Formats: sequence, structure tokens, C-alpha cells
Amino acid sequence: MDVTSTWYLVLAALIFAIGAYGLLIRRNPLVMFMCVELMLNSVNLTFVTFGRELRDLGGEVSVFFVLVVAAAEVVIGLALVVAITRRRPDATIDDISVLKG
Amino acid sequence: MVELIVFIVAGAFSLIGALGVVTARNPVHAALFMVMTLFSVAVLFLAQDAQFLAAVQVIVYAGAIVVLFLFVIMLLGVDQSEDLSIEPIVGQRSLAALVGLGIAIMAIVFVQADITGERSVTAPKLDSITTQVDQPAVTLPDDQIVGTENNSNIAQLGRVVFTDYIFAFEITALLLTIAVVGAVVLARGRDDELLQPMPERASFWNEDLHGNGDAVDANPADADPADTGANA
Repeated sequence: MDVTSTWYLVLAALIFAIGAYGLLIRRNPLVMFMCVELMLNSVNLTFVTFGRELRDLGGEVSVFFVLVVAAAEVVIGLALVVAITRRRPDATIDDISVLKG
Repeated sequence: MVELIVFIVAGAFSLIGALGVVTARNPVHAALFMVMTLFSVAVLFLAQDAQFLAAVQVIVYAGAIVVLFLFVIMLLGVDQSEDLSIEPIVGQRSLAALVGLGIAIMAIVFVQADITGERSVTAPKLDSITTQVDQPAVTLPDDQIVGTENNSNIAQLGRVVFTDYIFAFEITALLLTIAVVGAVVLARGRDDELLQPMPERASFWNEDLHGNGDAVDANPADADPADTGANA
């Protein structure tokens, strides 16, 4: 039984859905970031799969850039979490609603 | 056959890790579950002949990003475990499950559309794509995508990144620089905190790091009254 590209794409869809579900139900901003990373990873998996399917290296190059952007996003996001926690030590993600003014 | 076994094992571990990230109460456990998923995805990259990306996945994600997560978790306190049994907003969980299931079903149906007679995204004939695009950016013959010694995946990727995608590559360098500056600005704190004399700001750390100071004197002083109180 051959492992076709469809298998990889279905797996990536499942990981993406789990990540989206976690992003919606969790309240700890760190865990929410981890769920975003899960979703980015599943998209990376689809990029690599399509790159192999279409014989195009552009898919792998896209993953390369997604990795860089994910790293930058995590750095800024965690700095924001640290800054918010320093000001309000036991803030959850719901307390960010004070920003709406 | 080997690829089937690799796919099943790595896919199962990646799904277990993803579920663990969502359900773990302790954020440290969630980070470790995420390492599991990241490693499994790296294995799946390897199974698809993307050796460079598998290495980068392990080094950058499992190495740098997860360590950054763990640093911040430790900095903010590891005891912030979340009580998952209560649901702060009524109906949030079920709505989120609905959204997640919807995403999964839509994606799978889109991928598997050839079952119902529609064209799938992974259908073997891709004439509709290839006729619209004049020339794909990088098209490789079948025997070159896997790679030989002189034409490995890493060599091809390096050649493409430094020729066709050189401008995007430079932009990512700028992006990372901006991210570093932004992280320093955000995490530095307010200016009046910085202007305070150093020993007062650092007193929290001094107790643990330089234990020969007040902390050593304070511990027996704390312990003695407790002992005498217990004896009396």
C-alpha cells in the first residue's frame, strides 16, 4: 500500500484542526502560541507535500520562509506576554479585553 | 512498505503530540508534547526527501523556539497550570469543537474530492495548472528532485534560495533584525525601573545566585524561631 500525498495532506489537516481547536479553547497565552505553531507546522507539511507532488522546490523554499516568520512571531509574541505579565501578574487572555477601551 | 510504517508511526506521534498540547494542563508538558509533534513532522519531512528542512525543523523549532517557550514559562512561573474542567464562556468548547471539525472536514473533503468525481488537488493530471502558468519558477525533472551526490536536496535548495528568492531572503534578514529590536524594547520594562540603583532591582536574584549574602543569614534566623516554637 503506497503512501500517497493525500495521506500527508489529511494528516496535516487533522493537525491544523487540532491546533485551531486548542487556540480557541485555551486561555494561557503560551499554550495558545504553541497551538499557532502546530497550525504553522501542519501548513509546512502541506507545502513540502505539494512541493514533492508538483516537482517544484518552491514548496520547500516557502517552508524555509515560514520558519523564519514563525521564529520572529514567537519572539515578539513572547515578549508581549512577558510585558503584559509584568504589568498584571495573573492576567489571562480574557483580560486583554481591557484594550478595547 | 518502509514509508508506510514511517508514516503511520510518525503520523500517530504527531497527532498524539498535538492532542497533548491542547489537553495538557501544565504549560511545560504542553511544550514537551509540542517537541514530539515537531520531531514527528521532521521525520515526515525526511520521508518526503526534504532533508534540509527536517534538520532546520529540529534545530530551529525543537531547539530554539521550544527553548524560548520554556524560558518564558520558567520566567513567568511554572505553577500557572490551567483548570480545564471549568468553562469560562458558556458554549465555547462546543463551538470550538464545531469549528475544528469543520476545518478538518473541509480540508479532507477538498483533498479527497476525487472520490466524489470532482477534481482533487492531488489528482495526477495537472494540466489546468500547467497551462495557466507559463513556466513554474523552479521545475525539476523527476530524477533530480530526489537528488544525487552532486545534486542533493540541500544543494538545490541553496541554489534556489540564493538566486530566485534572494530578495525574499534579504527581507527575512531585515525581519529578524526588527524582531530582535522589538523583543528588546518590549521586554525591557519601563525606564524608571531601569534608573533605580542596581542592588535594589537585583535583590530578588541575589538571594539565590549569591547565597553568601543576606540570604544565608536569613535562613537560620527563620529556622531557629520555628524550631524553638515547635519545641516549646
